[in-house]
Amino acid sequence: MSSTFFPYTLSRNAYGRLICTPTDGGPAEEVTPVRAFPIDTESEDISLVGPGGHEVAWISRLADLPPEAREMVREELGHREFMPEIQRIVQVASYVTPTTWTVRTSRGEARLWLKSEQDIRRISQSKLLISDGHGIHFLIRDLERLDRASRRILDRFL
Amino acid sequence: MTAASHPLSSLPDAWRGQAAPPLAEGETVCAWLELDLDTELRYARGALVLTETRLLAASADAPGWRDWPLREGMRLALSDHAGVVAAELVDARARLALWRTTMAHHAGAVRLADQFERQLAALTQGGVAARLAPACPRCHAPLPEGEQDCPACEAEAPVENRGWALLRLRRFARPYRGKLLLGFILTVLSTAATLVPPYLTMPLMDDVLIPFQNGKPIDYDLAALYLSGLLGAALVAWVLGWSRTYILAWVSERIGADLRTSAYEHLQQLSLEYFGGKRTGDLMARIGNETDRICVFLSLHLLDFATDVLMILMTAGILVSIDPWLALATLLPLPFIAWLIHLVRDKLRHGFEKVDRNWAEITNVLADTIPGIRVVKAFAQEKREVARFREANNHNLAVNDKVNTTWSMFSPTVILLTEVGLLVVWIFGIWQIANHHISVGVLAAFLAYISRFYLRLDSMSRIVSVTQKAAAGAKRIFDILDRVSSVPEPAHPVPIGGLEGRIQIREATFRYGTRAVLRGIDLDIQPGEMIGLVGHSGSGKSTLVNLICRFYDVAQGSIKVDGVDIRALSIPGYRRNIGVVLQEPFLFFGTVAENIAYGKPEATREEIVAAARAAHAHEFILRLPHGYDSLVGERGQALSGGERQRISIARALLIDPRILILDEATSSVDTSTEQEIQKALDNLVQGRTTIAVAHRLSTLRRADRLVVLDRGRIVEQGRHEDLIAKGGAYYRLHQAQTRQLDPPGSDSTWDGDDEEQA
Repeated sequence: MSSTFFPYTLSRNAYGRLICTPTDGGPAEEVTPVRAFPIDTESEDISLVGPGGHEVAWISRLADLPPEAREMVREELGHREFMPEIQRIVQVASYVTPTTWTVRTSRGEARLWLKSEQDIRRISQSKLLISDGHGIHFLIRDLERLDRASRRILDRFL
Repeated sequence: MTAASHPLSSLPDAWRGQAAPPLAEGETVCAWLELDLDTELRYARGALVLTETRLLAASADAPGWRDWPLREGMRLALSDHAGVVAAELVDARARLALWRTTMAHHAGAVRLADQFERQLAALTQGGVAARLAPACPRCHAPLPEGEQDCPACEAEAPVENRGWALLRLRRFARPYRGKLLLGFILTVLSTAATLVPPYLTMPLMDDVLIPFQNGKPIDYDLAALYLSGLLGAALVAWVLGWSRTYILAWVSERIGADLRTSAYEHLQQLSLEYFGGKRTGDLMARIGNETDRICVFLSLHLLDFATDVLMILMTAGILVSIDPWLALATLLPLPFIAWLIHLVRDKLRHGFEKVDRNWAEITNVLADTIPGIRVVKAFAQEKREVARFREANNHNLAVNDKVNTTWSMFSPTVILLTEVGLLVVWIFGIWQIANHHISVGVLAAFLAYISRFYLRLDSMSRIVSVTQKAAAGAKRIFDILDRVSSVPEPAHPVPIGGLEGRIQIREATFRYGTRAVLRGIDLDIQPGEMIGLVGHSGSGKSTLVNLICRFYDVAQGSIKVDGVDIRALSIPGYRRNIGVVLQEPFLFFGTVAENIAYGKPEATREEIVAAARAAHAHEFILRLPHGYDSLVGERGQALSGGERQRISIARALLIDPRILILDEATSSVDTSTEQEIQKALDNLVQGRTTIAVAHRLSTLRRADRLVVLDRGRIVEQGRHEDLIAKGGAYYRLHQAQTRQLDPPGSDSTWDGDDEEQA
């Protein structure tokens, strides 16, 4: 199974790792899919990176991949990418940082430990990235689409 | 059964009660890990428990516990990416299970994996694994001997209620208690003095003017008495008011100055990590503007407010004593105004906090672009930078507009209320006079009082906004003062005299945010040895050097100097033994001599010249128009990169450090300059423990040992020739430089070069 855009076959080994084999008979390599623009979710630029950190293959659009390989890359990315999207700010412990927020995210209810207002980064007019004290990045995709109460809470920190 | 003997006593509270893992007789929990994600990376609770013989796992979505008996060949592999830790249980053939959790539980995961490894090793050798030292059940940091509470957790726990930031300024007011008390007494007296004149209008009206209107002649003596009373009261009020304002301004100026110095002093103690996160503009605004704002607030607004409150209380007292009913009518609008003030308070405060943050944003744009002006011009992006500035400025405008909308409504409303209040007094007063309850003089006095009274209310309403502004400023200052350095000074530092310079690095691990930069570095450096750190950029060379300087602390593992953990040494004492030469030498504004003596201000002229000579800087310094007294730095004489570097080498030489760090010391200069610097460096390195980081391998030709780093691990070490012969990572690095980076013969083949030079 191969395609003109993607001259490799993908498979999974017993350790659950993705294995990329060139269709022209080159050596097979264990790869990890890495998004080149992880915050810009419109982008589908994905690099398959080998164990040594070198690039094995580049995928500029997932649609270019054969369906099976696409599914595998998607699944792997799903296990690798972790940027919960904040849908609602349920509660904040205090308006003075450091503080802990209780947020409802695309990945379930979570607690966000905000060390300082500086950790809230404005990516664009309506998109915010919040780095919590443990290094997890929370995304607010569209400020305008948050409910009023969450926006009012957030406003106190902006 | 005591808590300690319970097999589950060390489990997190949430898991202790509900679903206890099914333990066999004699089986105990050796380590555990709380999981907060499922394998699909959704937030869900779970737990991993390690006992003597099994690994057990529970998750929220599937009831019960799964277990894996420990057997040879098993491994618990940890990896982390983007704030998520993955723990994989594998054996020689396949992956048996996978768990995920957030970075919050990373320490627990490391502990679990550690204990797992020990037990497996014990299993293989047929012994019993040693248990890890007791750890904090929340953060898994090892507990200090005999302690129950975890110091790390306590330090990390957010202090939720910090109280009103302004009240915390008391700490700075304490040294001036006496002066403040004097100021307060003067305030009371001067306020009382200003209340005398309206009181005198009453007898003036009733005893002098009204009788005259009723046909009696004016009693000039009485009039003169009252009028001189008016003048006297005014004079007394003038003197008291002047001395009060002077004393309180004196005190507040000192409080402001103390605050500014404390903030700066604290800032200097903070680790580099803090400066990495904050931008210069914001910090400068905090220390400069905010302290000034607080000072003005204390000396002007707070003083006025205190006077006003006193005046209102006294006036109210006087009014009630003259006529309780009229006083009641006069004071009626007061609660209403207080309510209005309260209403606007919250809205304004957040507005002003926003204005402040935006102001810092504008300063940040300036601080970003002005130092980078060459890049801006080179890429012809002036217009875009102006647009960026304009955007920040417009944002500022929008926020200010919003605040002003509320604010502009506020004052006129207060004035309207004043007028209404006066009207009430007129109506009630005329009615009372008509009923012969009060005299005309009483009404006149009331009106005189109340017009002042309401004027003060108006100015009092202004205190709301200035207080909020000052509180916002104070909060931002205390943000700095509350910050605990991530490189703490030990409470009881181990005394250090002269160091020998033996460095032992054990299992040093470090991460920036979620990115692991160093993973388990082990390195021994002998006194006087020169180590060259090489590797691709991003391999962790500079980070390792930063850890040795203790600009940061290791996340795990330790760094020892002469057998003492560097975290146990006093920071200034330790750094005095370290000389650092950086890639970009920074010269402060001042003379060349001052810059050389930066680390040892008491150095004699002879020492400075000797250091400059050894650094091969002496001759070019003499060529400068004012020799050692030439001004350098941002506003001083322009020096070339090589010259500046040699001054910074002289600076390092002067403090005669036992440990020397050369962080890409020759990277930013051309090869011929590099050779000059190299000579200077050779003098510097003599007899000191040296750690040199260099991208250009030729710089390290004198190193006793080369340490090759790759992605946070040491991959090779040894002498240049041995490493080349080995044909590993170093060989590839060397080949790459010989082929691509440098023209043949310049500095790539150092063994060849050395021979030619010799």
